Amino acid sequence: MRVGNIEDGRIMPLDEAVRRFVNDGDHLALEGFTHLIPFAAGHEIIRQGRKNLTLYRMTPDLIYDQMIGMGCAKKLVFSWGGNPGVGSLHRFRDAVERGWPHKIELEERSHADLANAYVAGASNLPFAVMRGYVASDLATHNPRIAFISCPFTGEKLAAVPAVRPDITIIHAQKADRRGNVLLKGILGVQKEAVLAAKRTIVTVEEIVDELSAPSNACILPHWVLSAVCPVRYGAWPSYAEGYYERSNRFYQAWDPISKDREAFTSWMEEFVLGTTGCDEFLQKLPEARDEVTA
Amino acid sequence: MFANDFTSSEMMAVAASRLLSDRAVCFVGIGLPSKAANLARLTHAPDVTLIYESGPIGAKPDTLPLSIGDGDLSLTADTVVPTHEIFRYWLQGGRIDVGFLGAAQIDRYANINTTVIGDYESPKVRLPGAGGAPEIAASAKEVLIVLKQSRAAFVEKLDFVTSVGHLDGGDARINAGLPGAGPTAVVTDIGILTPDPITRELQLSSLHSGRTLDEARDATEWDLKLADSIAETPPPTEREISALRDLERRTADRNR
Repeated sequence: MRVGNIEDGRIMPLDEAVRRFVNDGDHLALEGFTHLIPFAAGHEIIRQGRKNLTLYRMTPDLIYDQMIGMGCAKKLVFSWGGNPGVGSLHRFRDAVERGWPHKIELEERSHADLANAYVAGASNLPFAVMRGYVASDLATHNPRIAFISCPFTGEKLAAVPAVRPDITIIHAQKADRRGNVLLKGILGVQKEAVLAAKRTIVTVEEIVDELSAPSNACILPHWVLSAVCPVRYGAWPSYAEGYYERSNRFYQAWDPISKDREAFTSWMEEFVLGTTGCDEFLQKLPEARDEVTA
Repeated sequence: MFANDFTSSEMMAVAASRLLSDRAVCFVGIGLPSKAANLARLTHAPDVTLIYESGPIGAKPDTLPLSIGDGDLSLTADTVVPTHEIFRYWLQGGRIDVGFLGAAQIDRYANINTTVIGDYESPKVRLPGAGGAPEIAASAKEVLIVLKQSRAAFVEKLDFVTSVGHLDGGDARINAGLPGAGPTAVVTDIGILTPDPITRELQLSSLHSGRTLDEARDATEWDLKLADSIAETPPPTEREISALRDLERRTADRNR
């Protein structure tokens, strides 16, 4: 299938992009705030068996629950680790509370901190300055939260280290044939996470001839990206505004699947390791098959 | 016209919603705070501005969002801004009147824990963590907290201080240089607790219709102080209860 500009070579299948740009031991950010979470990319990383990753994400969500449970993570840098509106991330909890499948290191921060830290990373600054963490135990337990004095007024402010991932992966609505990417709806910290990283992969719902975007739209120019991969439904069970809704039903279904180690493992073996990519995953998984129209 | 028949959870949502004034700018946490804030919007506060940390400003969802970034929030918002903007320009910038939060544990000075039960390094229960709460609790002009009252939640000492209320009381919050005034009310399924104006210790100032002082004391690990006069929270009105039930029915239909 000819998916884009062959000469440029930036548009490629997702499995090839993960093989080329994601390494064992990388500092990896998969961003997307509820919306546009790059599930297909996370699944491909699991299929390819990447290990010892330092995972960054404000809201680890189901995709990091799956990656942690499959043993991909050495460390997690995060600010809110739950199944939104449903309850716990059971694989994350099992790793923290009982060290299964192995212990993971935590670097715990707040949303405001990580959002500022991505901005600092994108701005090529070593740290961000913010009002925060006063009297919070987070600052006691995380040695990478510091306090500084304003050089002009002496006011005490929090300083937090920039996030500079080796690789950031996000999902977006569409790209043109050169690989310029358009995001709309809830943007989270994706633009900042892309510009803070050394390498970037963007999966998109579709490749189009023209983005036809207003001049203030959120566009990531092709020349800041390593790879652009067309993956229809690549954010499912999260959502892509204008394409499909969030599968709240699957987020609820994940609770019993993930609660039990064996149920989790057999689910991952059947639907992720036992499939070759996003299309097959969606066709095989009953909850997805019902919701996804090819 | 008051409703005859309502649950304690419905009373809690209604009591919390009444504390949000029309035209307030409210930074909304997910779950109970979001339910109460949207109920306020659908009843007495049509001009309230609801801000969710994922980026929607002025969200008017038809159903309750399951997550903090559901599509209904962005599609009904006046504008959707990047998440860093929410925290930098809108919260830290001093634009938020009310922060509306939930909690797993709370102490007598309305400091809250959403991080761990037990020891941080080897927790008994690992909770989701801070999210946006520490900076909301610090920077919103005032903070409302809503959670069910029980001895496991209303504790003598927090296992972890995630987000600060009135620290150890008195002027501690002002002395620490926190921008906002901190928690002004804690709404539970039993009553409403408000900080004493001097000591800042929470005291029971209203009991919901049909609840008793003994129930409030039994559901609090510390020795709960009482306000000089304790009001009875009026029961939900017919209008409030039908708005709440309609909202929950639409939400259940959507998630089916």
